[in-house]
Amino acid sequence: MQHLGFSHSKLKIGSFDFTCCEGCQLQLANRESSLVEFLDLLDIRNFREISSERHDDYDIALVEGSISREDEVQRLKAIRNQAKVLIAYGSCACFGGINSLKNSFTTEQCVRDVYGDSHVDTLPVRRISDVVNVDFSIPGCPVSKEEVEHIIVSIATGAMVSLPKYPVCVECKQQLNTCLFDLGEICLGPITRAGCKAVCPTGKTACLGCRGPAEDLNGASFLQLVADRGLSMDELDEKLRFYNCFEDLSNGKS
Amino acid sequence: MAKVDCNIDVHHITRVEGHGNIHITIRDGKLIDAQWAVVETPRFFEVMVRGLSAERVPFLTSRICGICSISHALASIRSLERAMQIAPPPAAVRLRQLAMHGETLQSHALHIFFLAVPDFVNTPNVLPLIESHPEIVQAGLRMKAAGNAISEIVTGRCTHPVSLVLGGLSKAPDRQALEGLKKQLEQVLPDLDLTAQFCTTLSIPDFVRETEFVSLQNGENYPAIGGDLVSTDGVCRDENDYLAMTNEYKPDFTTTKFTRLSRESFAAGALARFNNNYDLLRPEAQNAARLFGLEPVTHNPFMNNIAQLVECYHIVNDAIALIEELLDAPLEKVKTAWKPKAGAATGAVEAPRGILYHHMEVDEKGKVVRGDCIIPTTQNNANIHHDLAALAKQALSEGKNDKEIQLLCEMLVRSYDPCISCSVH
Repeated sequence: MQHLGFSHSKLKIGSFDFTCCEGCQLQLANRESSLVEFLDLLDIRNFREISSERHDDYDIALVEGSISREDEVQRLKAIRNQAKVLIAYGSCACFGGINSLKNSFTTEQCVRDVYGDSHVDTLPVRRISDVVNVDFSIPGCPVSKEEVEHIIVSIATGAMVSLPKYPVCVECKQQLNTCLFDLGEICLGPITRAGCKAVCPTGKTACLGCRGPAEDLNGASFLQLVADRGLSMDELDEKLRFYNCFEDLSNGKS
Repeated sequence: MAKVDCNIDVHHITRVEGHGNIHITIRDGKLIDAQWAVVETPRFFEVMVRGLSAERVPFLTSRICGICSISHALASIRSLERAMQIAPPPAAVRLRQLAMHGETLQSHALHIFFLAVPDFVNTPNVLPLIESHPEIVQAGLRMKAAGNAISEIVTGRCTHPVSLVLGGLSKAPDRQALEGLKKQLEQVLPDLDLTAQFCTTLSIPDFVRETEFVSLQNGENYPAIGGDLVSTDGVCRDENDYLAMTNEYKPDFTTTKFTRLSRESFAAGALARFNNNYDLLRPEAQNAARLFGLEPVTHNPFMNNIAQLVECYHIVNDAIALIEELLDAPLEKVKTAWKPKAGAATGAVEAPRGILYHHMEVDEKGKVVRGDCIIPTTQNNANIHHDLAALAKQALSEGKNDKEIQLLCEMLVRSYDPCISCSVH
């Protein structure tokens, strides 16, 4: 493939899913208008969801989902051994995500309530970085295809990869949205890392923080804002716990 | 002389959503064992939902599935609205119907072009088709893009919807965006014909195992959200009686549950909807069905691929009509205000892969006391399992070799378009 007159070799890539909804992998097949060009950047060596060809000579492993069973630990370690670069993508991979809500219950209780007396293997949910070293994380529930595309193109062309450091609030203001706090809602936009174009507040629903904390967030001031507006602390707690990525704040306030 | 021994072991079948294995053993011409084993890791959504505020539930349950998140959000919303007696405004009802169309169109296009077709043209994935059949791949991508465009414009995002909330929608779509969407859908009409012509050249395996087909039915339009629970064996039940339709049980060799109704297994999905609701399809869709000799009741599971294409015809034409209706009236009121109230109810919707049930019980503060979700693929698992045995036997008697039988079995599983991580939620 050619870029600005330079030719780059295709990235040997594998995509792997663990405990999750596979919605992040699905994003790779979205943005149909640029899909053919995007796929042209890649030499897909292993991607079970879309291809029957399976090879183990990938350089980059995209890993989706969280870890909740012993066989997943072994599979993930094997992927880490093979890959030169391991990218955790999606909130389940980066933080444990919504799957972590299960961790407030014992595994015995989970199994009994859903499967009765049948035996089902399951462990408390862990993020990818709890099990192996992660080189780069792309958060989001789901990830934004635009952002993934940008990062993959950057890797292919040898450019720096980074995520926005500022909060969703900045992107929300750029969209000229009415602030959800002014509509009486608790929105995690002020403390969550941007990069989603504030898609939830733009749809008039509160940000639940799927992209994790913004850098240098002012937690104390945010908690004060919720208190000053007389909003429900229980609701705040439910929102902070939703994706398992504001542990310090949700513990700090209770 | 016909071959009499056969061992098939497919670990983590490809081009399906989630993790499943096929095991088939035949000795001396006798089927010893045929298993459809789902080995997905369970996530325990029914546990996670407990204690959660009703308004947050659709944002959680949509995460059951990356492909049919709109269906899950709407099944939860319908169950909670029925439990708390909340009536969404008429414009919201239409917009939700449109959102369902968007999701099913992208899901069917993804399945037909990316997951199913490669088997029929003997390629490991869709990529070689970009070279060999560029016009077909482009048609498929335009259909999928149109489906995603509907979801984005109506619900704010194509995976994990943003604006589907209890009481209606949090935000009405922009009129101009709806007008643009109508144009985009009109441009997809020729793509449907191109795809249909292409599909008539594919050879669909000839395999029939008589079974029961379960879907929603409302007597007025092709089903999407709510209605009676019906089967081709003549069962008809109220939406809240979903447990009598599913009768879940868990075999040892799989992490998903199986279901049954009047027979040892039943099927849900596009073919089930088609078989139960043929008369309510738009004429364009009925014409497309005729091209393939598809008529109710068809028992060949491989024809589910064609039933999906027929539904794409219905969806694109119906979505255009729905947008026209929406543009004819003001779009201001899309949400009803509501207060929490104790109650319990079922919400049934037709997800792309078939009938989906969420049942929620809430307390007077609107916190979930108990939740239950029964997924279309869970309902198809037993049917897939029994089909595999019958298909392997038939293929063996036709003198097919291991490789051919394995491919046929994989194609059978893919025909159901299973959503395995969904089924093990």
